[in-house]
Amino acid sequence: MNTDALSAETGAKPIMTARNVDVFYGKKQAIDNVSLDIPENQITALIGPSGCGKSTFLRCFNRMNDTIQICRVKGDIKFAGQDIYDPKVDVVALRSRIGMVFQKANPFPKSIFENVAYGPKIHSLAESKDHLEDIVITSLKRAGLYDEVSDRLDEPGTSLSGGQQQRLCIARAIAVDPQIILMDEPCSALDPIATAIIEELMDSMKEKYTIVIVTHSMQQAARVSQQTAFFHLGELVESGDTQAIFTNPEKERTQNYISGRIG
Amino acid sequence: MPDYLLSTSPAMAKRHARHTRFQWYGRIAIAISISFMLLMFTAIFFRGIGAFQKTMIAVDVQFTESQIDPSGTRDENSLKQANYKPILLQGLQQVIPGATERRDRNNLYKLLSNGATFDLGERVARKPELIGTSQRVWVAASSEVDLYVKGKIDPDVPEDLRRLKDRDIAWIETLRASGQVKKQFNKTFFTSGDSRAPEMAGILSAALGSFFSLLICFLIAFPLGILTAVYLEEYARKSRLTDLIEVNINNLAAVPSIVFGLLGLAIFLNFFNLPRSTPLVGGMVLALMTLPTIIIASRSILRSIPQATRDAALGLGASKTQTTFHHVVPLAMPGMLTGTILGMARALGETAPLLMIGMVAFIVDVPKGVTDVATALPVQIFLWADSPEKGFVELTSAAIMVLLVFLILMNVFAVYLRKKLERRW
Repeated sequence: MNTDALSAETGAKPIMTARNVDVFYGKKQAIDNVSLDIPENQITALIGPSGCGKSTFLRCFNRMNDTIQICRVKGDIKFAGQDIYDPKVDVVALRSRIGMVFQKANPFPKSIFENVAYGPKIHSLAESKDHLEDIVITSLKRAGLYDEVSDRLDEPGTSLSGGQQQRLCIARAIAVDPQIILMDEPCSALDPIATAIIEELMDSMKEKYTIVIVTHSMQQAARVSQQTAFFHLGELVESGDTQAIFTNPEKERTQNYISGRIG
Repeated sequence: MPDYLLSTSPAMAKRHARHTRFQWYGRIAIAISISFMLLMFTAIFFRGIGAFQKTMIAVDVQFTESQIDPSGTRDENSLKQANYKPILLQGLQQVIPGATERRDRNNLYKLLSNGATFDLGERVARKPELIGTSQRVWVAASSEVDLYVKGKIDPDVPEDLRRLKDRDIAWIETLRASGQVKKQFNKTFFTSGDSRAPEMAGILSAALGSFFSLLICFLIAFPLGILTAVYLEEYARKSRLTDLIEVNINNLAAVPSIVFGLLGLAIFLNFFNLPRSTPLVGGMVLALMTLPTIIIASRSILRSIPQATRDAALGLGASKTQTTFHHVVPLAMPGMLTGTILGMARALGETAPLLMIGMVAFIVDVPKGVTDVATALPVQIFLWADSPEKGFVELTSAAIMVLLVFLILMNVFAVYLRKKLERRW
C-alpha cells in the first residue's frame, strides 16, 4: 500500500497512524477501511468532494466524534504509539496534545485575552499571572495576531473580523502547546486575503507543529501541504506527496477530481 | 420605464387586495385584544381605587381614669382591653345630643368601626399619660359609613333596602358639617391581615404569604429545574428512558394545578405531616407545579446554544463538566432565569393548589416565617370576592391591583435580568 511507502518516501517519521479505520453514523458507514500516516512537522491535506468523509476522519484524531452519540469508530488510530481509542486514554489529555481549529471561527463570548488564556488555565499550564500573560502573548504572536490586537486584549473576541477570529482560534489552540493541530476547512468562510494570511501562518507553524488540514480547495492543498490524501465516498482513494498527487496521480478518480470532472 | 412594470392586471390587483385585507384582519385582532385588556384594567382600577382611602371620624374623647384604669395600675394589657365604648359614645353624643335611647345609642356607636376601641386601647397603652386628658382622636368609620362618604350608597334607594338608615345619614351629615369626617390614605390595607370588618382588613398577611411561598418555590424549583435540564440536555445519552422522561415532563406541564394541590395534601400534609396552611407547603406545591415549566424553558435555551461553543471548549481539552459550566450554562443563564421568573409569576397567580393545602383559612396575623399559617394573594382575592359585605368589593379589586403590580414587577425584573446578563458579543 502506498500509505506504508509514504514514510519511506519522505523520510518523515509518522506521529499519527490510522489503520483500517471504519466510522459509522448509526447504520450508515461514513469511512470505509482507511489507513493513513500523518508525518511529523508537515502539513497533511485531506481533500475530496463534500460528504466524502474527510471531516469525519479528521475528527477521529482527537475523538471529537465522541460527542456525536450515534457515531462509532472502528479500527486502530495511534498517536505517538498509543492507541487513542483505548478505554484507559483520557480524552481531555489527548485533546490537549491534539488541538483543533473549526470551519467556522468560534471564539468564546469572552475577551481576546480570556479566549487564549482559557486553555492554559484549565490545564494549569501557567505558574503565575505573569506566566499566563506570557503564554497568551506568545500564542497571539505565533498566530500573527498580536500586533493587531495588542492594545485591546480585553475587547470581546467576537468583535474581530472573520479572519482575525480564525487566527484567534489558532492562537487559542496553540496556547495549550499541542503537538498536532487539526484544521477543519479553516478558510472556507474567509476572503482570499485573510486566507493568504492564514496559509502563510500555517507554513511558519509547521516548524513546531504537525498540521492536518481538511480543505475544499485543491489550490489551497497544493499551496500549503506536503502530503495530500484524496477521499471519495468514504474511501481513501490515494495519498502521498502533494506534488506527486497533483501532477501525476496514480488513480483515475484522483485525476478526475483534480481536473474538475467529479466533485 | 417599460410599461409592463406599471400595468395593473386583475390578478395583481387581487394579490394586493389580499395583502391589505390580511393586514387589516391582524390590526383588528390586536385592537380587540387590547380593548378587552383595557376594559379589564380600567374596571379593576375604578372599582379598587376607593380602597386606598378610608373614612375617619373625629371624636372628642375624655380619657377618664375611672373608666379606663379604675385600679390605677397602668398595666399595659388592662389598658388595651379596657372598655372604650362609653367614652367614644360620649364623644359622639356631644355632636349628636339627640341619641339617648339605648337603640339610638347603639346605632350611633355603629357609625364607628369595631376596631375603634382597639385603636384607642393601643394608643392609651402606648401613651398612658393620655389618661385624664381630653383629646380629639380620629378613628376609623364603619364600612357602611365609609361607602356612604365615598358616594357608593345612594340615599335615594328606599330605606329598608339599605343598611344605613336615614337617621344614620343625617348623623353623618351633622358630623361632616362640624368637620369631623375626613378621608385619608388607607394605611390599614397595607399593614394588617385579614379581618371580618372590611375597614380593618389588609393585604399584608396575604402578600407575605405569597412572598414566602414563592421564596420556597424558587429555592426548590430553580436548582432542581436547572440541574435536571442541564443533565438531560448536556449529559444524558438519548435512550428510551430519556424519551420517557421527556414525555412525562411535557405531560406534567399540562396537568391542572389543582392536581398538584391534591398531591401536596396527600404527601406533604398527610404523609410527612408538614404544618398545614403554611407557605412552606404552599411553596413546595407551587415548586412541583413550576418545575416542568422551568425544565422545558431551560432545555430549549440550552438547545439554542450553538454546538460550536461546546466544540471550541472540548477541542481545547476541556472536560464535559468544564465545557458545560464554563461556557454553556453561563450563556444559557439569562434565559433560564427568565424562564424561572415567568414560571414563578404563574405560580404567584395560582389559587387552586393552595386551597387544597389549607392556605384558604381566615388569617388575621401577619406571618413571620415559612412555617406560620398564612394565605396568599390570589386566595385572599378569592376569599374577599366571596364575602357578603359590600365593603369587600373594593378591597377585592384593590387586592387584584396589588397582585397585578407584583406580576408586572416580576416580569420587568425578568426583562431587566435578561438585558443585564445577556452579553452581546
